[in-house]
Amino acid sequence: MARGELVSIIGPSGCGKSTFLRCLNFLEIPDSGTVEIAGVTITRTGGRWTRQEEDAAHRLRAHVGMVFQSFNLFPHRTVLDNVMLAPVQVKRVPADAARAEALALLDKVGLSAMAGRYPDTLSGGQQQRAAIARALAMRPDVMLYDEPTSALDPELAEEVLSVMRTLDDEGMTQLVVTHDMRFARAASDRVVFMDGGEIVEADDPDRLFVDPQDPRTRKFLRSVL
Amino acid sequence: MKGVVGLLLALVVMVFSVAGHAAPLRWASDAEANVPFVFHDPADQSRLTGYEYEIAQAIARRLGRPTQFVQNDWDGLIPGLQRGLYDMVIDGIEITPEHEQGVLFSRPYYMTTERITVRRDQQGLDTLAALHGHVVGTLKDTTAERMLQADPSIRIRSYEEETNAYTDLKNGRLDAVLLDGTIALYYGTPDPDLKLVGEPIGQVAYGVAFAQGNTALRDQVNAALDGMMRDGELHRILARWKLWTPAMAALTGDATTPDIAPDAWDHYRAATAPTTGWRARFDRYVSFLPLLLHGAVLTFAVSACAMVLAVGLGLALALMRRYGPRWLGALATLYVEIVRGTPLLIQILFIFYALPGIGLRLSPFVAGVLALGMNYAAYEAENYRAGLQSVARGQIEAAIALNMTHFQALRFVVVPQAVRMVIPVMTNDFISLLKDSSLVSVITLTELSQTYVRLSSTYYDYFGTGLLIGVAYLLLGLPFVRLARMAEARFHTGRQRRGHI
Repeated sequence: MARGELVSIIGPSGCGKSTFLRCLNFLEIPDSGTVEIAGVTITRTGGRWTRQEEDAAHRLRAHVGMVFQSFNLFPHRTVLDNVMLAPVQVKRVPADAARAEALALLDKVGLSAMAGRYPDTLSGGQQQRAAIARALAMRPDVMLYDEPTSALDPELAEEVLSVMRTLDDEGMTQLVVTHDMRFARAASDRVVFMDGGEIVEADDPDRLFVDPQDPRTRKFLRSVL
Repeated sequence: MKGVVGLLLALVVMVFSVAGHAAPLRWASDAEANVPFVFHDPADQSRLTGYEYEIAQAIARRLGRPTQFVQNDWDGLIPGLQRGLYDMVIDGIEITPEHEQGVLFSRPYYMTTERITVRRDQQGLDTLAALHGHVVGTLKDTTAERMLQADPSIRIRSYEEETNAYTDLKNGRLDAVLLDGTIALYYGTPDPDLKLVGEPIGQVAYGVAFAQGNTALRDQVNAALDGMMRDGELHRILARWKLWTPAMAALTGDATTPDIAPDAWDHYRAATAPTTGWRARFDRYVSFLPLLLHGAVLTFAVSACAMVLAVGLGLALALMRRYGPRWLGALATLYVEIVRGTPLLIQILFIFYALPGIGLRLSPFVAGVLALGMNYAAYEAENYRAGLQSVARGQIEAAIALNMTHFQALRFVVVPQAVRMVIPVMTNDFISLLKDSSLVSVITLTELSQTYVRLSSTYYDYFGTGLLIGVAYLLLGLPFVRLARMAEARFHTGRQRRGHI
């Protein structure tokens, strides 16, 4: 991926999109292969996950933010605390600075008024935007989204997608696993189609959606469009 | 004249300095419901008294050593001696061949007989033979009990506390009580519902008990007892308690009958006379308050410390089981299973009496806290494990994705949520820990429930004292209940508002 790109990954359920995404920040430990993000490279050739590899993964995750389908906000902390927690505890940012930045990020995702609320009191769309703010607070170079809008009604999904488009405009590098074909086609710089655990084809959205090369891509697009 | 005073002063100073520098003579007895041996003065619960208490003081004086009294449960007296908690035991321990196998005895300091006590209205139960086929109460592991066992038709009820035997006699659960003359005199005669009947039966001798092999101290105490018999001090003590008997005259060869008022006996009778009227009753309960407060403070201290230990250790065990390496998890599981599978009482006794065998000597308080805390840790561990399991997997993933280490994820994300989840269960556990803390009374700690035993058996007032103690426990538990409610309300603010969306 090039810096500032927005790439969508599409494909049938169970084709390995999410697993692939989770391998990129080692929430899932791949058997073999190489991941390179922002200058950190981890190569695996099987075997046990070692302490050194975990340390390398830790360095790598410093550059990667992630957003989950089910938001995974910390229910025992307010929205503001959710956003502040990692910068303060992991990066040792002073609380005042972290709070100021967290409030700025919440303002950016349209949640300034919700800073003091607990996640359970927010709508799904609000929760997902808070989760994005939380990931951004760590100042990542890359944002990974694992089906960020699948749990949301269309109008709530739109709130989230518009935040992602804003980030794209600001030059954030984003990789999105999604079922939302309209978003994938309209917002992506490139679209990756996966099936059976491998990448079948990757192309400019207009080409991939209009003139897919592989029969599997054609079959999938026929079924969802 | 001046010279004499100076000499006396010098003597006094000498005696005091000797007493001050000598190691204290540590002696033990069970002062709970133990009239007339060693007990708390009913007129002033902070003061120990009893004819054996006075004998112990006299012995120590003659040995030139200060005394240090150690309270211990009757069942723990001999184990405590063997454990070296104290130097000797004086508690009406009968010199029998069985007892001599476990301890070393002094010469007898007191001889008495067995006496039958019945209800005022009963007739004809005045010999051992007449008890044939009846329900008879006595104390366990005594000469009286063995006498009753000679007739298999007698249904024996063996008690730990003599008060319980006499109370059951009054309540009609027993037909008669057979016990030592000392006990019968103090429990059977003052009570208008009871009477002593028949002739004295058999003979028992009480001796001071030492650890096997401690012949040095035994010989010193024997010499002191000899002196007390020769110069009449023992006679004077026993006469004041109305306990001088023909058997004692035979034992000491002292046939005199000095004119000594039984003032200790009179004092006891006056102090325990049934109170009449609400005013007197109320005053008596008010006089209990310092003792209740003392018991409550101890109960609270033991429970609170044990809780802290239970929470810390329980959490560690739960984390070991859920996130630790396999062998560590197996170890934690083993711990939980062993501790949950054995009675708390056994654990308390084991920690206090068995661990010194491997060089671990703990004070009663520390042993009590340790036993209770380690026991409850096993239960807390299971609660926390359930709590940890209930925290969604996605929570850890979110934390890891935010570049937290596994430890940070546990500390800031998983554990706080698990703790909130288990707080209601924890509250229950803590309240039951507060009540289970009564078990530490077996290792010499006079906490709230032991205070109940002492007070109620002194005044035969199980009802009023019971209510008082019950209220004390409720008051102690209340802050925990409130605390838990507040914590729940605070932690669940989010959840409670969910319905409004």
